[in-house]
Amino acid sequence: MNLVFDFSDFGTLVLLVSTSLLVAGLLGVLGGLVSTLVIQRDASFAVHGISELSFAGASIALLSNIDVTFGAIAGSMLAALIIGLVANKPKLRNSLTGVIMPFGLGIGILALSLYQGRAASKFGLLTGSIVSIGDTKAAPLFILSGVILIILVFSWRRLLFASIDPAVAAARGVNLRVQSILFMAILGMAVAISVQIVGALLVLTLLVTPAAAAARVTNSQLWGPLLSVIFGVTSAVGGMLLSLGAALPVSPFITTVSFTIYIICLLISVIRKKVRA
Amino acid sequence: MLSVLSIHDATLVVDEKQLWKDLNLEVKPGEFIAIIGANGSGKTSLLKAILGQIKLTKGKIRFGLELVGKGNPHIGYIPQQRALDDAANILVKDLVRFGYSGHKLGVFSAFGKTSKKVKEALACADAVHLANKNFSELSGGEQQRVRVAQAIVADPSLLLCDEPLSALDLQQQQIVSELIKREAKDHNTAVLFVTHDVNPVLDMVDRVLYLANGSFSIGTPDEVFRSDVLSSLYGTKVEVIRNNNRIVVVGAGTQDHHEGDHK
Repeated sequence: MNLVFDFSDFGTLVLLVSTSLLVAGLLGVLGGLVSTLVIQRDASFAVHGISELSFAGASIALLSNIDVTFGAIAGSMLAALIIGLVANKPKLRNSLTGVIMPFGLGIGILALSLYQGRAASKFGLLTGSIVSIGDTKAAPLFILSGVILIILVFSWRRLLFASIDPAVAAARGVNLRVQSILFMAILGMAVAISVQIVGALLVLTLLVTPAAAAARVTNSQLWGPLLSVIFGVTSAVGGMLLSLGAALPVSPFITTVSFTIYIICLLISVIRKKVRA
Repeated sequence: MLSVLSIHDATLVVDEKQLWKDLNLEVKPGEFIAIIGANGSGKTSLLKAILGQIKLTKGKIRFGLELVGKGNPHIGYIPQQRALDDAANILVKDLVRFGYSGHKLGVFSAFGKTSKKVKEALACADAVHLANKNFSELSGGEQQRVRVAQAIVADPSLLLCDEPLSALDLQQQQIVSELIKREAKDHNTAVLFVTHDVNPVLDMVDRVLYLANGSFSIGTPDEVFRSDVLSSLYGTKVEVIRNNNRIVVVGAGTQDHHEGDHK
């Protein structure tokens, strides 16, 4: 264990990365809420597809020397809107995602192989680079997260109503198409933020796993999102704190904490069923 | 008295097939109207037109004074019971809460007035004990009682029921339809009740809208369920048999045949 973890300078390190920790916490909250919608809409695969296009956007931005955050957002929003506009049925959405995803990944790899700059920047887009987030890079992430959170709070129950009970929601005056596009836009922005922190390959760990875990232990519309947020923050912040002691990339720690939470929730649900039976 | 719903000269043609033509209907508050017809006769299409989900070929539908838009929070809606409902993994109380405030902006309030209204609606449907259960764990009849609670929780002035009794056994059909009738009567809510079999609701309906053969007939059950009326509607010899307060329509042909034939 001592080979991997060294917590002797932990306090100093935490201070050094306090901005990154804050970003991680915010992302955890965001992931907890957005993943709740993703699970209800059965859109996990779409998250993966959007993240690959976000990766492509960021790579092209890196190559052409424009802002990487902008590139990531442009790529993911494009993918999200295409999927949202063309395919509002899960089946169609999945096949369309399967078509878009490899194309995005291919473009991204092409752009990265043409890029002559720092190798760490390349790798970071795939696997994340939260520790390297400085104050200047953090500002747009904070603003974007804040905007998504406000949109989420305003449209929360309509989005859920439209996802869970579409026939009745439509009858009660909820425009399903608007909700579908709104959801994809929120998803696109959330992916764009996450890609820069955990990387394109690991976005699912924050935008799917928290709510998937919460759904194992509760169906409540109150406890579900709440637990999901707690799981998201625990994964993001906890994973990061662990990585500080290990001097290793942050993403494997976030994914491991996130996965562990899911396994625990799964065990709880299995035991509960046994007890009831 | 002002109509809850006015359908004016409405014609609907889908895929070059005329479902109904020049339909006029004024629905008064508290009125219970059954919409009867075979599969493909345009019963559900009529509900969809009222909800603004399909456009009429000709004519207008007004809800209150205004032309119908895409859905309306003053309309309650009870869907068909299905084995695999979209709303499978949701708690009963949350589903009813959606009916009360799901169309509004903001986050859910689980307390205060919402909670009180949800409890009242569940009590009306005799479903308080189901509040913390998963919707998918309920029997078909229980699910439809919860759907009634969800539809009435916001005190709608019009209740649209899209085959709410299909897939239920006879006893459950009776319980659910009587529940809908009682709630509608208590709150003076108008009901449009789509069904392929009129018998479970025969005692409750004020009027019947019978759709068949691209045309329709409106009136009290006694006015519509007559051999001469339905024969002229179908354009062929049809016999209406009343037996123990049950109605059977014989000879309506295979394409437009009435559920009563084989029940």
